[in-house]
Amino acid sequence: MESKVCYHCGDNCTDTTILIKDKPFCCQGCKTVYEILSESDLTCYYDLQSSPGAIPKEIEGKYDFLSQDKIIEKLVEFDDGKTQIATLYIPHIHCSSCIWILENLNKLNPAVSLSQVNFGKKTVRVSYNTEAFSLKQLVLLLSSVGYEPYISLDDYKTGQENVNRSLIYKLGVAGFAFGNVMFLSFPEYFEVNEFWLEQYKHVFRWIMFAFSLPVVFYAAQDYFISAFKAIKTKILNIDIPIALGVVVLFLRSTAEIVFDIGSGFFDSLTGLVFFLLLGKFFQQKTYSFLSFERDYKSYFPIAVTKIFNNEEVPVQVYDIKKGDRLLIRNQELIPVDGILINGNARIDYSFVTGESETVKKSSGDKLFAGGKQTSGVIEMEAIKSVEQSYLTQLWSNDVFSKNKEDGFTTLTNAISKRFTIAVLSIAFIATAYWMFIDSSKALNVFTAVLIIACPCAIALAAPFTFGNLLRIFGKKKFYLKNASVLEQLAHIDTVIFDKTGTITSNKKSDAKYEGVPLSIDEEVLLKNTLRGSNHPLSRGLYDILKDNDIVALDYFEEHLGQGIEASHATQNIKIGSAKFVGFNNDSAVLNTAVHISTNKGYKGKYTFYNSYRKGLSKLFNKLKKHFDLVILSGDNEGELENLKKLLPAKTKMLFNQKPDEKLEYIKYHQSEGAKVLMVGDGLNDAGALAQSNVGIAISENVNVFSPACDAILDATKFNQLYQYIKASKSAIKIIKWSFLLSLFYNVIGLYFAVTGQLAPVIAAILMPLSSISIVIFTTLATNWVGRKLQ
Amino acid sequence: MSVIYILLTVSIIIAIVFFTAFIMAVKNGQFDDGYTPSVRMLFEDELVKTPIKTIKKTKIKNKTNHN
Repeated sequence: MESKVCYHCGDNCTDTTILIKDKPFCCQGCKTVYEILSESDLTCYYDLQSSPGAIPKEIEGKYDFLSQDKIIEKLVEFDDGKTQIATLYIPHIHCSSCIWILENLNKLNPAVSLSQVNFGKKTVRVSYNTEAFSLKQLVLLLSSVGYEPYISLDDYKTGQENVNRSLIYKLGVAGFAFGNVMFLSFPEYFEVNEFWLEQYKHVFRWIMFAFSLPVVFYAAQDYFISAFKAIKTKILNIDIPIALGVVVLFLRSTAEIVFDIGSGFFDSLTGLVFFLLLGKFFQQKTYSFLSFERDYKSYFPIAVTKIFNNEEVPVQVYDIKKGDRLLIRNQELIPVDGILINGNARIDYSFVTGESETVKKSSGDKLFAGGKQTSGVIEMEAIKSVEQSYLTQLWSNDVFSKNKEDGFTTLTNAISKRFTIAVLSIAFIATAYWMFIDSSKALNVFTAVLIIACPCAIALAAPFTFGNLLRIFGKKKFYLKNASVLEQLAHIDTVIFDKTGTITSNKKSDAKYEGVPLSIDEEVLLKNTLRGSNHPLSRGLYDILKDNDIVALDYFEEHLGQGIEASHATQNIKIGSAKFVGFNNDSAVLNTAVHISTNKGYKGKYTFYNSYRKGLSKLFNKLKKHFDLVILSGDNEGELENLKKLLPAKTKMLFNQKPDEKLEYIKYHQSEGAKVLMVGDGLNDAGALAQSNVGIAISENVNVFSPACDAILDATKFNQLYQYIKASKSAIKIIKWSFLLSLFYNVIGLYFAVTGQLAPVIAAILMPLSSISIVIFTTLATNWVGRKLQ
Repeated sequence: MSVIYILLTVSIIIAIVFFTAFIMAVKNGQFDDGYTPSVRMLFEDELVKTPIKTIKKTKIKNKTNHN
């Protein structure tokens, strides 16, 4: 069968191909988008990138809530009665065509005055005239061309987000001052005792002083604050010697120019702060398209439909009260705990439990928040509000408000404790010595030691090593929240895996046939019957079976929640649950199975097994030498035997674990001193990911939401997990070597300081030299480590 | 040699002008999105008309937004 590729979305056109102007389309949706665009002369969309589009989804009634003023008010960022500005998140944004079409929205509707895409964040900011247009129409317009925005409860907040740019400002101030002070300090280094310079050097010095003021009092303020906090909690962190160094540099330099002793160390001072901030800036790698802070709000809808006096009205989910009647459409999420009133409920609880199979509910049954309805419309009555529901209560656990970085001593701070003590004792001993020899030099020596020992190079080692490795990991599709995660990863001794979606893949599942072999005719009929069904199991089985000729079915009927029935020529077939096909002694209830019977009686069943990710056993065998391994699954024990065959014998396996039980399990092991790495995927792992020392979320598609975690790993790189841990261990080694290197510079500097010969020019050479060599060493070393990653 | 005062003043003023420009650029969010502008600048300002077009449309004043 020849397959063409859809001109709009790039999918294979298998079933029906629609041709317009010789261009193939896979479905009516794609064709409609093409028509809309060509009507407005926007076909350039297809020239920039081939097949850039997405199939527009059915959104009938989905966005009715956007006509409520109260909700609009929370979603728009600006509104003056005539113009509104809204920023919408559109997951589909992925290429230059997307930017082009979204920035040309005013060609589709003139009421849009400006639209601007932020590609990194996948958002579009649209201003439009409210007299001719509305937010709802905007969302519908975007959806009609395949760019459906994603609006969740997370967007329901007032006001604009404040972007924190203070680090860039501080870096700018320090860099500006550093450059200018360098210029002004150079003459005195090279032209000693020159006539004109003697005349004007005071002007130069006071200008340098003026430049250093914003550096000390603005750019360096974070170091003072951090040092102050550390002293209050009696911890010696790296910021204490830094703050001390900055203060001493500033005071001594000021004293020098006031009493006309020398030119001061203003260039070293500004340079030091500039380099330190540069390190901070480099370490701060953020992935704007990812979020590590998601909770249930990112998954929940803003509003659902409420039935009130026999009318359907949209209601904001926070306003749902006990006793409200709610209408849940197909593929909508149940926002609160409730009782099913009527309708055919098949709830997908994979968000909550990780269990992938849908659960059938009949009227009167309890429904839990977080489940997704998968067949038709249901009506339910709320029995709790959103915040009190079972799933959302997980987020009231303390772990979600705790900061993991607290209580973790970084390598830099561990070193800094000894370093600070050593520097202070050297300073006091040297001062005491000079007190006896030449007391006029004592103060000079004391300050010189503190200046030269200011641990700029030590403070830079970790930011540049981690910052660079973070970028390398990012390129290899392992996205870390921050540098501290990398350091924690190096200390892990226990690795805990979730099962469904983590070590198994979501897409493919294997099915094995057991029973009487099917004849060729029966196989053809089976395949053709499955073609007509949209049930996930039918689709799964359809993809596994080999291609057969297409035949027209004489009769086809789908019995919701039970199975399908079809006939062709003289053959009948029934596919579905054991009861549906008339088979009554089904023993293996743990695994999902599809039963088949024909007019010749019961034939057999296809049993679905999870398909495990590539390289799983290899990964576990590598990991078992260094770590304790545990499987913590929310699923039933159906896969126990399979897993036992695949994984090393000492792997612990626990099944039927509820979200809070996973959390408690990790907490218990941590109390026994274990450093836990949790690898999970769904919302049901959210508690465990937050409790663990490092929580990694596995994601098949990084643009789709993953729960709050410390790192997101692309599923294709799952088998590389061990290499990543190894690389983070190497990073620690690199940092230790850089400490040695910077110590070497410190010894040279201290020699000058202790002997009372520290001239500003020596500090001005030594300080940047040590910093730059650390930066070069760490960058080269991490690149070398990174090259070993695949 | 007192011309040095003028030279210093001028050089510092120029430096401050550039510094202010940098601060303003950061404040306007020019450094927030480092990718989209690089793509946007390559787009044509005018739409490329397909010759087969029959529908007459009132042309909206073409304004691509470059800010």
